[in-house]
Amino acid sequence: MSKREVGSGNPVIAELNDVWVGYNGKWVLKSIFLNCRAGEILGIVGPNGAGKSTLLKVIIGLIQPDRGSVSLFGKKPGKEARLDVGYLPQISHAERSFPVTALDVVLMGMYSRIGLFSRPGRKEREIALNMLSMVNMAEHAGRPFGVLSGGQQQRINIARALCSNPRLLMLDEPSTGVDSVAQEDFYVLLAKLRDEQGLSVIMVSHDIGVITSHADQVACLNVEVHYHGEPELCISDEIMEKVFGKDLKIMVHDSKCATCHMRHEDV
Amino acid sequence: MIEILNFEFMRNAFLAGIILSIVLAVVSFFVVLKRYSFIGVGVSHSAFGGVALGSLLGISPTLTALGFAVIVSNAIGYVGRRERLSTDTAIGIFFALAMALGVIFIGLSDKYNTDLFGYLFGNILAITRTDIVVVGVLGTIVLFACYFFFKELLFVAFDSEVAFVSGMPVVFLDHFFLTILAFAVVISIKIVGIVLVSALLVIPGAAASQVTDRYVSMIAVSIGVALISTTGGLVISYYADLASGATIVTFASLIFFIMVGVGKLRKR
Repeated sequence: MSKREVGSGNPVIAELNDVWVGYNGKWVLKSIFLNCRAGEILGIVGPNGAGKSTLLKVIIGLIQPDRGSVSLFGKKPGKEARLDVGYLPQISHAERSFPVTALDVVLMGMYSRIGLFSRPGRKEREIALNMLSMVNMAEHAGRPFGVLSGGQQQRINIARALCSNPRLLMLDEPSTGVDSVAQEDFYVLLAKLRDEQGLSVIMVSHDIGVITSHADQVACLNVEVHYHGEPELCISDEIMEKVFGKDLKIMVHDSKCATCHMRHEDV
Repeated sequence: MIEILNFEFMRNAFLAGIILSIVLAVVSFFVVLKRYSFIGVGVSHSAFGGVALGSLLGISPTLTALGFAVIVSNAIGYVGRRERLSTDTAIGIFFALAMALGVIFIGLSDKYNTDLFGYLFGNILAITRTDIVVVGVLGTIVLFACYFFFKELLFVAFDSEVAFVSGMPVVFLDHFFLTILAFAVVISIKIVGIVLVSALLVIPGAAASQVTDRYVSMIAVSIGVALISTTGGLVISYYADLASGATIVTFASLIFFIMVGVGKLRKR
């Protein structure tokens, strides 16, 4: 399956319509139009402070937009829609000494489903161990989470997210603290989950290389969305590299830029 | 060792000490993991306002201290969630406010109350049978609360954002835990005192975290540290004629430093 075909024509699962978010009197997100289709990996790229994490939080309803509308699985993002989302925040090193094993962390993914007053039992353990095998971490099940490498912790977090049978994975800076070999393996895993389970992925990163080589669709963000389309077009533009280090203000807006609001003005 | 148990007040002190050791050890497990140490300081000091109010109105200071501690801990949690204020700012404000109210209440009361010193630094001579019942009942409530909501509290402590996205009632759980924390503080006041109780909300969990990497063993070690500190501290304070609360906290700190050393050796 070529990247170009992945997801196109599938139903839209997440959509932002003219979303504005302000913080302390400044816009951190301006007029965002964006969508993600089922079974596609959408990469959102932009420098630090571009509003990437905010954008993710808006999509899952952790932050309410000041203007505009968001829909997740056709609903307003809330508790119900979130049940279908697996969310992986940035790896935090503050958690290193937290006294849990890899298996404990994966089991957390099922806590909501188990309900109050009861503990994970044999069935939950079995599911958790299956998920650990799926991400190739079965032999680390009993190790303390804190001693695992960044890449291993990330796989554990994926396994935890998969426990709740999500339709969409949301990843915040998945490359942070992960060496390049582990990164490559990780994106192969994401592609496998997309192809075998029809999982959709939205990930944000400041690493343009990672996004363009592993995403089916790319959105370039710096407060506004400057590009939304296929990664080949995004990276082939030599301006892209120049622009990315400093200020993001370009780019190609063409007919493929399906949801881009500038389509009508520029093209 | 046996002869100190001949005194009723020492028997009461030991009994109360053992119950509150277990309670504080479990609460301290979460305090350390959630990084709530300073909240513990704020909540315990706010109990002073409650004690003074109870003594002014002539009602049970334990009851009013509980009211103050519950209100202040939840207020800290509420304000700390707002965007414009950080938790430590909220603690700084409510902590001082409750202490200031305490001083005003003492001033309004015409009787000179020697008891207040006991509440500040602990007074095992003042522990009555009723106190034991109060410690037992409130302590049991805290332990059951932690038991029934254990996996939820653990998940929220691990990563509250992920817990929220996966459907956990994070805000409720935070206030629930802050209320538990207030209960734990209030039952410790008579033995350890308002000023020093926050130490026992931190030291057992912190000491345990140095030598364990599973939550079950961390809780077990935390309980062990608290029990040894409290009973050992009581014995030492009796024979050396020292203030009980201060001796317990000093002894607990000593155990903490030993645990730090043990943890370093183990990692080699």
